[in-house]
Order: sequence, then C-alpha cells, then structure tokens
Amino acid sequence: MSAIENTVENLRETFRRDQVWPFLAPTQTKVNVDNQMILYVEGLNLSFDGFKALNNLNLYVNDGELRCLIGANGAGKTTLMDVITGKTQCDSGTVFFGQNHNLLNKDEAEIAQLGIGRKFQKPTVFEEQTVFDNLELSLKTDKGVLPTLFSRLTPTQIDRIDEVLKIIGLAKHRFMLAGALSHGQKQWLEIGMLLAADPRLLLIDEPVAGMTPQETEKTAELLTSLAGERTVIVVEHDMEFVRSIARTVTVLHQGSVLAEGTMDQIQSNKDVIEVYLGEEAGESEVGEDAVEGENA
Amino acid sequence: MTRLTEWFSAGRSSGKHTLPFVVILLVVSLLASGANLLLPEDSALYVSTYTITLLGKYLCYAMLALAVDIIWGYCGILSLGHGAFFALGGYAMGMYLMRQIGDRGVYGDPLLPDFMVFLDWKELPWFWLGMDNFGFAMLMAVVVPGLLAFVFGWLAFRSRVTGVYLSIMTQALTYALLLAFFRNEMGFGGNNGLTDFKEILGFDLQADSTRVSLFMITAFLLAVLFVVSQRILSSRFGKVVLAIRDAEARSRFIGYRTDRYKVWLFVYSAVIAGIAGALYVPQVGIINPGEFSPINSIEMVIWVAVGGRGTLIGAVIGAILVNYAKTRFTAILPDAWLFALGAMFVLVTLYLPKGLMGLYAQMMAKRRPRILEESAVKESATKESEV
Repeated sequence: MSAIENTVENLRETFRRDQVWPFLAPTQTKVNVDNQMILYVEGLNLSFDGFKALNNLNLYVNDGELRCLIGANGAGKTTLMDVITGKTQCDSGTVFFGQNHNLLNKDEAEIAQLGIGRKFQKPTVFEEQTVFDNLELSLKTDKGVLPTLFSRLTPTQIDRIDEVLKIIGLAKHRFMLAGALSHGQKQWLEIGMLLAADPRLLLIDEPVAGMTPQETEKTAELLTSLAGERTVIVVEHDMEFVRSIARTVTVLHQGSVLAEGTMDQIQSNKDVIEVYLGEEAGESEVGEDAVEGENA
Repeated sequence: MTRLTEWFSAGRSSGKHTLPFVVILLVVSLLASGANLLLPEDSALYVSTYTITLLGKYLCYAMLALAVDIIWGYCGILSLGHGAFFALGGYAMGMYLMRQIGDRGVYGDPLLPDFMVFLDWKELPWFWLGMDNFGFAMLMAVVVPGLLAFVFGWLAFRSRVTGVYLSIMTQALTYALLLAFFRNEMGFGGNNGLTDFKEILGFDLQADSTRVSLFMITAFLLAVLFVVSQRILSSRFGKVVLAIRDAEARSRFIGYRTDRYKVWLFVYSAVIAGIAGALYVPQVGIINPGEFSPINSIEMVIWVAVGGRGTLIGAVIGAILVNYAKTRFTAILPDAWLFALGAMFVLVTLYLPKGLMGLYAQMMAKRRPRILEESAVKESATKESEV
C-alpha cells in the first residue's frame, strides 16, 4: 500500500510542472566573473619531446582587460593560446574561464561556443566564400548540424553582419570572395569574424603582421575600443604597436612569465632588458651577451 | 511559379544551373522513353531497348558521381571506396530480385536461391529474411550503406584522420568487402554474385516497358537527389562544409564540430551511392563482388575530376561522358581503355584542374567582358551621335 503511494508520490514529483528535468536543463551556464577575473592559468606545463614549451606558467587576466603578450620566438605565446583554445593538450596545470569553466576538458568547438574567439598568426579565412558568408558562418548561433541545415538569416543577424562589415571597413567588398582580399583586409576580416561571434575573450595572434602603417593604426584603434566590453589578449612582435595599445604587458620567456606590468615598467625591468629587449636595444652589440642571456 | 524557380535556383553560385539541368534531364529521358515505346522499330528515330538500358546505367553512374562529388568536391574528403556503398545498395536490390525468382530457378527450390541449393544449404541465412519484401529491401539498400558510412566516418573523422590516410582507409574498406563477398560462406553468391533475375514487383525484367520505367525512375530520382543536394549545399550547412574543406581548424575555432558535419555528409553521400546501386542492378541484371573492386572506386573519382569537382552538374556530365567514351572505346580497342582512362586523368589534372565545368566557366568569363565592352562601345557611339 505505502509502496504504491510512494511510487505515485515520486511520479507526481517527477512530473511537477514548475521544474525542469536535469537532462533538459541548459548545460551551458554563464561565465562567472564575480572576482573580476576572466582567465585563470595556473601551473601550466607542456613539453614536446623534452623541449619545455610551457614551464609552470601562471597568468591571470582581468575581465575587460587589454593584455599584450610579448616574448621571443619559442617563448610559448602561441602554445599558450593553443592550450587555452583546446588545440593542444597540456601535461599538467589548470585553465579556467571565469570561475566555473574548466577549459582543459573541452574541445575546440565547445570552447569557441563558450565565447573564446581566436585569430591565427597567418590570416585564415574561408577563401572560396564571400566576405558576407565568412561573417555569416561566424555568427553566434546554434552550431549543431540540424539547426545549421535549416537555419535562415534573420534580419537581426543581417544587421549584425552589416555592423561588423562597417567596423572592419569591408562593407564595399561584402560579395567579394575572401580569397581575393589583400593581406591586410584578410586580417581585418578575421577580426570581423571574431566580432560577429560576439565573444567574451579574444585571443589575437599577431594582428598587424604584414599591415601598412595606416592599417596598423586602425587596428590599434579597433582593439582598444573592444577592450572594456570584451577581454582582449594580443600577441605581437611589433613593439611600436604594443606600446600604442598596451596597458598591461606580460613578457613570456622560455615557457613562463618573466615580467608583468605597464610598458614603462617592463622596459625598465632588468630581466627583460637582458633576455628580450636587450636584443633589440643593443642590436649592434648583440652577439654573446644575448646568447648567454638566452641560455641562462 | 516564380517561387518554384526561386526554390530551384536558390540564388547562389552554381544554383542557377539546377532548373535547366532538371528540365533537360527529364525531357531527354521522356523523349527517349517515348521513342522506344511509341515508335515502330524501323523508324529512324526509334531508340532501342539496349540504348535505354545503357542510358539508365549512365544515369546510375551519374548519381554515384554526384555522391562522390558531394564529399570530395565540397568537403575535400577523397573517398576511394564509394564503390562499396554502391555495391551494398546493389546487393540489397539483388537479394530482393533473387527472392522474387521463387521456384523458377534451375533447382526449382521455392525458398532457397540456386547458389544456396548448390552449396547444399538447408535454410535461408538470417540476413536473407525479409528481403522478399520490396519495401524492406529498399530500406536496407539505404540503411546498410548509411550505417557502414556512419560507423566508418565516426571512427575516422573523430580521430581526425584526413587526406591521403583517409583515402587509403576507404580503399582498404572496399577491398576488404571485395574479399569478403568473394567467399561462398558469406551467403551472397560468392564470386558469381547474384543474377538470373526474373521480375521486379511482378513486372518482367526483360520487357521493354519495365526497362523504360526503370530508366525513367532513375532519371527522376537523379533529378530529385540533384535538387535536394543543391539545396543542402547552398544552405548554411553547405557553407560550413565548404569552410571545413578550405580551413577545417578555423571552422573548429568558430565553434563547429567539424567531425559531425563530415560524418553526416559522408552518410548522405553513401546513401545516394546505395540508391544508385539499387537502381543499377535491375537494369544490368547482375551484381557480383567485382563492383567492390578498388579500381571501380577510382574510376568514379576520375568521372568527377573530368566533369569538374565542386559542381554537381560537372559530376553528372563527367560520369555520362566518360562512360559513353568507355562504351565506344571498349568496342573499338578493348585493351587500350585503361590507358585512355589514365591519360584522361593525367590530362585533366594537368590542364583542366577544374574539369569541363571549369573550362565552361572560363569561356563564359572571357565572353562576358567582351559583351560588356561591346555594349559600352555602343553606348558611347549613341552618345556621340546624340552630341
């Protein structure tokens, strides 16, 4: 008797209308940035065949910050981005997006859907498709197979694409094949694709490589305007460019953080001068000093 | 009507050829069928049943080329094993036709096909059960290739196997099936395959009307699959597929699970190949393990390359032209055909990387500016005369 009553009670509980069954509840929760921190990278280690690409790397990025990463070739900048975006598995360490999303157990697509956009070193756009299509593909939508098959562009989405086209200055070229764009325009299109996805965190690898001075200036303006609303991490070799946009700079060296601070602090930092800026500052007297610095 | 044309042409790049293609395909097939059934045999315009069957065969190959093009031309997955899906679809149809023979076989067994009696089998293997039902057999012609493609694709694409390695694996897949189907113990007629079919759905397979109907059904299904594929490939799904072909990593980083897209496209393509196989078997009257041979699968790729990959219409034209050439060539110089095929592939790769459709597009592009120039000249001339 009571067993039946229990079952009925359980059933009633199961079908209560004011609740959502756990398996139907949306699994993607919002990124928790209560501590004003959007990215926590702690104790990251990664080695390729004995070469330590990342060596106990710690990095914290505030929400809405514009952060520049600099460092010599092989310092681990791109590898760090690979780990954050799920392209490469690290050996040990943790990477959290907000307080609640562990990025290490997610794949590239899931990380992208969480709102982390990435721009590659070499501009990669879909060359055989129009600028407009490139942006359409990048929109923040349901990226599943079936929803994509039956999706149609909504007026809001078209407006969004138009808006992005205006920002990146390609409004006139919207129906041009992306492959026909100039190098600088491709860089811009790729940034535009990031914008169309409306990400929380943008990882931008060498945005001004191969750009003319005017284009570089415009890019600097764009990136600065993005910060605040979004968090931007820029990897760049061009020190002029970094100086023009940076508020906080992190210097990587041999897979770990060497120094962090404003550009002025960095430039007067002894370690940094020794291993990185030293090479550029004292170009004439490079030679042995720099090599020793590298080995140290 | 305008909505219909809109729906057909879908407004995007290669979509503008869809409506003319469908119309031409259906009109030509109807004319050929009419010429066979309605005209007397001594008429100059009479189309022989042999030709009808040949055309039907070409259309099956065209459908198969469509399947190969969808994954190779649009998604960059070079499958050298599509013959496997084609043959599986064919075997499903063959099994149905075998069961239809009933007691009219050489041994007159009401239940067992001849080869089973010959092998001294006492009862029908479990996978032959239900194949006497046409609906079920057709379902299997679609489901079996689809399922195989799903399992294969799921394993391969999830492990991110791409390029040459994938091609070799597909080749191995079809070769493995070839060896398996050669074995008598498999229960598919061993190296003789399935043949000696009598009728389909009660219609005599040798009758002109049945042949013409099969041909018309093939033409109609080809048109339907063509339009559906065109629609799929011009949807956002199709754009994602192109994106995967050109920059897979990029597509992943904007949030698409590329492996799932590839798996489903692969399954779709395999299903088309299965349908093509099922239509092929009643028209040629036999299915044997030879259809699994890797060379067949490579030939399909050549059809698509000749026609122009990345355009559905190119695949269809390529399949029809190459097979027509094959028919003519093997009649004149049977032993030289493979050399001709190889030469064709080399020439197309070197001089026509985009195939015949690419050549056509090039010619159109050359003509267009000239027309523009001419009109510009005319305009300026009229302006001058006005002045």
